[in-house]
Amino acid sequence: MQPTVLLGTRKGFIAWRFSNNRWQVENLSFEGSPVSIAYADARTGTWWACLDHGHWGVKLHRSNDRGNTWEEVAAPAYPEGEEIKEGIPATTRYIWAMANGGKNFHSRLWIGTDPGGLFMSEDAGNSFQLVESLWNHPTRKEGWFGGGRDQPGIHSIVVDPRNENRIHIGISCAGVFETIDAGKTWEIRNKGMRAEFLPNPDAETGYDPHILVAAPTNPDILWQQNHCGIFRSIDAGRNWMDVGQADGPANFGFAITVADDNADQAWVAPANSDMTRTAVKGALCICRTDDGGKSWKAFRNGLPQENCFDIVYRHALASSGDALMFGTTTGNLFFSPDRGENWQVLNNYLPMVYSVQFAG
Amino acid sequence: MATVKFTYALKKFFSGLKDTATGAGTLSEILNEMDTSFPGIRSYIVDEQGSLRKHVNIFIDGRLINDRITLRDSFSEDSEIYIIQALSGG
Repeated sequence: MQPTVLLGTRKGFIAWRFSNNRWQVENLSFEGSPVSIAYADARTGTWWACLDHGHWGVKLHRSNDRGNTWEEVAAPAYPEGEEIKEGIPATTRYIWAMANGGKNFHSRLWIGTDPGGLFMSEDAGNSFQLVESLWNHPTRKEGWFGGGRDQPGIHSIVVDPRNENRIHIGISCAGVFETIDAGKTWEIRNKGMRAEFLPNPDAETGYDPHILVAAPTNPDILWQQNHCGIFRSIDAGRNWMDVGQADGPANFGFAITVADDNADQAWVAPANSDMTRTAVKGALCICRTDDGGKSWKAFRNGLPQENCFDIVYRHALASSGDALMFGTTTGNLFFSPDRGENWQVLNNYLPMVYSVQFAG
Repeated sequence: MATVKFTYALKKFFSGLKDTATGAGTLSEILNEMDTSFPGIRSYIVDEQGSLRKHVNIFIDGRLINDRITLRDSFSEDSEIYIIQALSGG
C-alpha cells in the first residue's frame, strides 16, 4: 500500500499519511476552497490542487514539498473566441481530470475540463494548450452534452504505459474516445455501451461513462462505471460488455477501481438509481468482482447499514495493493486493509469528498 | 485619477493589494494594469474571454456596471471603482 492519500474536498486539500500503524492528517491546504481534484504525479512527487473558487474561477497550484508551500500556475484557458456552442463562450468551468504523460514524456501532463476541452502541457504544467483536434471533433457541438455538470466534461484520462501516446478519455456525456498519436486524431469507442436516457440508444455519442479506468496489469482491459451499468472491455475499448448486476446492487454508481495486480478484480460503490442518488436501501456497501465481472460480492462490515445517505463520487474510490479508501458526499472517509472485506472509519466530519488518490 | 478599491477577499490571494490610483481609460485597461503589478489577478476577476466572472461585481461610484461582457462602462477622473465578490455560495 502506498502510504499517502490525497483528498480533494469541498473545503480544501487534505493529505493523510499512514505511519506508526495509523492514518493521520499530514497536510491541510486551501482551507475553505473547493478542490475538484487533488493529484500526485507519481513521477516527480509533485502535488497538484485543482481549485474551483466560487468567485474567482478555476485555479491550479502545485507543491514540490508535500503541501508546505504552493505555487500558482496558469490554469488551462480556452483560446479567445472559442465557443461551447453557438453564442456560448468557452471558459474553463471546472478541472475534472488530471494525468501525467508517462515515463517517456517527463514534462507532459493532461487535464480534462468542463466544458469538454482536453488540455496538454509539455512543460511540466507551466502552461497548458487546448487539444484542438478533440475540441474540433465533428461530434462535439451537437453530440456532446452535460451529464453531472451543465456542460460536457472530461473526467477520465487513461494513458497506456506501453505506448504513452495512446490515451483513452471518458466524457460525460459523449462516451469514450481513443487517440494513438497523443491527441492528433481520435476514434470513438462506444460500441456495446447503452444510453437509455437518449431517444436513440444506439447513437454515435452521448454516452455517460461516469469514470473510465484501465487494469494496471493489462491496459487493454478497461473498466467503466457507467450511468447505465458497469462495462468492461478486453480489447482496449473496441467492444464493451455490461458486467453489472441487473438487479443490483452492483449496477448504478459513479466510482470504480481495479486491482494493481489482477485485471479481473475491481470494486464499485453502488448507489440508488439516477432517480434519487442516495445509498442503496439506506446502507453503504462496496462490491467486488474477482472474475472480470461475472459475479459480484457486496461487503458491508464496518460500513453504515441504516439511515445512510452517502454516495461516492467518481474520483473518490481508490485502491493500492490490499488497501482501499473512499470518501463520500456527506464527508465520511473509510479505509479497508483487506481488499474491501472489512472497513474502518477514518473520519465522519469531513467536507464533501470529490477525489481520493493513493500516493507515495 | 480614478481610484480602484478591492474586496478584502482578494487580498487573501494578493497580499499587497491596496487602493490604487489609475490613469487607465477603461475597466479592461485597469485590469491589465493591475495584472502587471499583481501577476494573475486579472484571471480572478474576468474569465479567459474577458467577461466579468459570474460571482464578481464591479461598482463605479456606487453603481453596478451594465456591461459584464466587454467591460465598456465609462467612468470619470474622480470615480471610485470597487471590485467586490458577490455574496453567494456556502
